[in-house]
Amino acid sequence: MNVFDIIGPVMIGPSSSHTAGAVRLGRVAWKILGERAVQARIRLSGSFAQTWRGHGTDKALIAGIMGMHSDDERIRRSLTLAGEEGLAYSFTGEDIPGAHPNTARIHLKGENGAECVVQGASIGGGNILVTEINGMEVSFTGQYNTLMVLHHDKPGTIAAVTNFMAYSGTNIGNFRLTRPRKGGEAVMTIEVDGDVEENLIQSLRILPNVINVVLIRAI
Amino acid sequence: MLEYDSIAAICEAAEQQQVTISALVLSDQAEQTEMPEEALYERMKNSLYVMQEAVREGKNPDLRSTSGLTGGDAARMEAYAAGGGITGTFLNHAMARAVAVSEYNAAMGRIVASPTAGSCGILPGTVVTMLEEGRCDEHAAVMALFTAGAIGMVIAQKASIAGAQGGCQAECGSASAMAAAALVELAGGTPAQAAHACAMAIKNQLGLVCDPVAGLVEIPCIKRNVSGAAIAFTSAEMALAGVKSRIPVDECVLAMRQVGDMLPCSLKETSKAGLAATPTGLRLKRQVFGET
Repeated sequence: MNVFDIIGPVMIGPSSSHTAGAVRLGRVAWKILGERAVQARIRLSGSFAQTWRGHGTDKALIAGIMGMHSDDERIRRSLTLAGEEGLAYSFTGEDIPGAHPNTARIHLKGENGAECVVQGASIGGGNILVTEINGMEVSFTGQYNTLMVLHHDKPGTIAAVTNFMAYSGTNIGNFRLTRPRKGGEAVMTIEVDGDVEENLIQSLRILPNVINVVLIRAI
Repeated sequence: MLEYDSIAAICEAAEQQQVTISALVLSDQAEQTEMPEEALYERMKNSLYVMQEAVREGKNPDLRSTSGLTGGDAARMEAYAAGGGITGTFLNHAMARAVAVSEYNAAMGRIVASPTAGSCGILPGTVVTMLEEGRCDEHAAVMALFTAGAIGMVIAQKASIAGAQGGCQAECGSASAMAAAALVELAGGTPAQAAHACAMAIKNQLGLVCDPVAGLVEIPCIKRNVSGAAIAFTSAEMALAGVKSRIPVDECVLAMRQVGDMLPCSLKETSKAGLAATPTGLRLKRQVFGET
């Protein structure tokens, strides 16, 4: 903890969990999609489902999907901006059994045909917990800089990724691999200490069997 | 390096080194985050500017929250403050600033969570007031935010700054204690006096529950930011006059923790009791969210 955890963050109100955390969830989904979203279908669960209108959670999620940060003044106009930029969206309130009270399930389609489904919760103070990406169970909070590496489950892929990280002097604090089935699509969730250079991300993206690399920056 | 586990220890260290709490904290934070002091100062200055902008924007008479329940009271206070009211223009303007920032937060404006979004009006109501009413210069106001931050770090470690964990005493109470210490420093008081002001602010909000109507950061949060700012001023005034808290500040923090732990869940941000569960509170909830 440092002094800016107390005097900060600078954010758009009214609530760190319903607004700031929701922006971050939307943004994670957008980053995983990897291109401009043209359609967003969002299912809200628990307290999100009951109170999203009053807290502006809908505006916050859409703002995140459009790539905004949680201190962006445009958040309160994001639904209008989405209309102008050709992003169609829909919200449904339907409980997801067993999910955290503030959970959103975000299904995105991109301008070039990319598609992703991201589920996560806003767990307080602007912190988030992402629990599922494209049907794969994941678990990261966004408290640390986190690299999500979507890849094909082939021998040597993990070694190649971690080798590149070692060369660039990036220390791994936590590593988790999820694969629903052998040889299919898999995801590495890698929390790292310190910053991640753009060069590293570019290098990882062109490795064999790597589909996409996404950096989720810490708050 | 400072541990931020005792307000008394921070104040004693500042007295020993004959520096202000803010100077001590800035140099410590530079060391802990491995960043130059100038960079931290600039970042804090930006936070002060965000607070000032929120004060300006929040006074717009047409401002309304997303729920439609609140907005426009800061403009009312501002108009009233010009006449001096009962306690004079200074305090009334301070109240107007606290309302303005809290209403701006509810209207999806940009604010500095300090320590939380729900309590974001208290430091602007106090520190920005000292600056804008000509009682200190910008440098002193920026530095005072480091003092406030240090107090908040101790409270976050030893008690809580989250309403869901400790009730409103943890949010507005903490912000008020942080502001009281900052005000003492801005008025030229000693670190020991800052600690007493802090203690008195906590004592005056001990047990305050978190019972937001419809779960929104509006009713009663906005007005509690005003009382939090006022308590910061009265606590600072008492400390500067030489009044001492008989209960040491760190023991007040522990009392806040104990009281927070004992508060039932229904009074910790769940909107199941208190003002949220009044007939009018429930009616307003239905008005915003429909029959759920």
